[in-house]
Order: sequence, then C-alpha cells, then structure tokens
Amino acid sequence: MKLAVIITLKKDVLDPQGKVIEQTLQNMGINSLKNLRQGKYIEIELNELDEKKAHDTVENMCKKLLVNLIIEEYKIKKI
Amino acid sequence: MNSTVIVFPGSNCDRDVATALTKLQFKNKMVWHKDNNLPKSDLIVIPGGFSYGDYLRSGAIAAKSNILKEVIRAANSGCLILGICNGFQILIETGLLQGALLRNRNLKFISKDVYLKVINNDNKFCKNYKKNNIINLNIAHNEGNYFTQKDHLKELEDNALIPFKYCDKEGSINDKNNPNGSMNNIAGILNNKKNILGMMPHPERMIDSLISNTDGIELFNSVLN
Repeated sequence: MKLAVIITLKKDVLDPQGKVIEQTLQNMGINSLKNLRQGKYIEIELNELDEKKAHDTVENMCKKLLVNLIIEEYKIKKI
Repeated sequence: MNSTVIVFPGSNCDRDVATALTKLQFKNKMVWHKDNNLPKSDLIVIPGGFSYGDYLRSGAIAAKSNILKEVIRAANSGCLILGICNGFQILIETGLLQGALLRNRNLKFISKDVYLKVINNDNKFCKNYKKNNIINLNIAHNEGNYFTQKDHLKELEDNALIPFKYCDKEGSINDKNNPNGSMNNIAGILNNKKNILGMMPHPERMIDSLISNTDGIELFNSVLN
C-alpha cells in the first residue's frame, strides 16, 4: 500500500519561503492569489494491505521522525 | 576534566572544538555517531556542521543515531552538554532542549561575526563572563531562527535560561540587531536544570587572537573551573 504525507508549517509559524513564492506569483500578475504555504511531500510504500494499520504505521513515523510537531502539521493520504 | 566531541557524517566543526578543548587543557576524545559507548565525560560537545546533509530537518537524523541515546542518558544524569550550531539543532530534535530552529528570516545562509550580550551568567557555561558583557562571536547557519511557544518563552525569560542574546556593539537588543529572526533575539538557551546549553554562535572559533578574538575562551574556562 502506498501513502503520502504532506507536511506544512503550522499557521502561526512564519513561512518565509512560502511568502517569497506568494509575492513572486503576485508580481507575475496572479491577482486572485490569497495565501500560499509551502511544505514537504513524502511517498511511503508499505508491505501492508490493511488500510487502518498502514495509516497507523505512517502516523507513528510522522510523530517519531518525519514531522516536528512544534512547528509543523501533517496530512496522510492513500495514493 | 574529560570532554567528548561527537562526530557525525557532515560534522565540520568537530576538530575546531577539539582544538579549543585541548588548548584549554581538557582531555578530549572524539566519538563516532555509530558507537554505542561514551567515554567518561564531564562535558559532551555536539559540534557544528551539516550532519547527514541536513536531510529532512537540520539535526533530525543525527538525533536518532546510536550515540545520541547515550548522550541523552548522560544528559539526564547531569553531564554537561554543549550543542553548537548544528549541535543546537540536534539537541532540539532530541527534545533535550525545547523549541525549534527555523530557516533564517531573510532566507540566507548567514556567516558573520555578531555581538552577543551575556544575559544570564548564573550557570556552569557562563560563570566566567560578567552579566551584560558584550562579546563578539561568529555565526554561520541557515536555520538559526529560534521559535518556541509563548509559555515556554516566558519560562526561559523568567528562569534565567537565556545566556546570550544578539545585540549591537553597544549592547542594545532590538530587531535591527537580530540576524536571523529569533524570538527575543535569542542566541542560545539552557534546559531547566542548566546542564545543557544549545547556542548558534561558535565560541570555538574565538579562542585565538591571531585568527579572530578570544571571546569564546571563557565559555570553556567556565566549565573547567
């Protein structure tokens, strides 16, 4: 089973890279752009067929290593 | 006094620290990250560099290495631990120090000499400095922007757990003299028991007037005496 983790900075943490991307896109004339946050995307393949178990394993990975919970938040998706 | 410097793939200040420690009469040993045993140490230094290429987050992979389990054990039994630059990032990732080190506010790698004010000297790392001393140390980092929760920030300020803050030559601490965007101009923090110090500036680079200055010496001397 393949899952993806999307990691972004929490709302109250300044995201300077996101800000630069946002400003650049606005300068390029994309006026409808309201807000932009950038982050990380990790694809994980597991030897696991049970979706719940796979999700739990990846969640554990997030908590133990992949995510710094003080500044980051994450979403897990099946792909 | 016995010191140990931990070496990771990508460490690049390990030998600078070892030179500083030896010059100041520490009996120093270098320990590779895969080792499982720490030599008897009064001080453990986690040096600067780019451990594991800064993959995932600076310090995140190093924090899970074999030897760090031993460092955490030593830290919990009171051994003095000094994390400099990437070493500070590693200590944060282990959870021995709280908070996070974000990318510098200006998104640039900053390498320059900065002024620091000694805010609290009531700890084993800074007792040879006088309170409000202004010292000049080098910084060289991309992720040194210290961030923490509001209640922890208050705890740091209230309990004298901030030894150094960025300032100007005259000692004023304001946003203009904040090189990386750190909360409250924080350049280094201590844990509650004050046996663990993490700091972005490099005291080991300031031990010889021939190549820089000697403002870093008293940090190591404080530990010695």
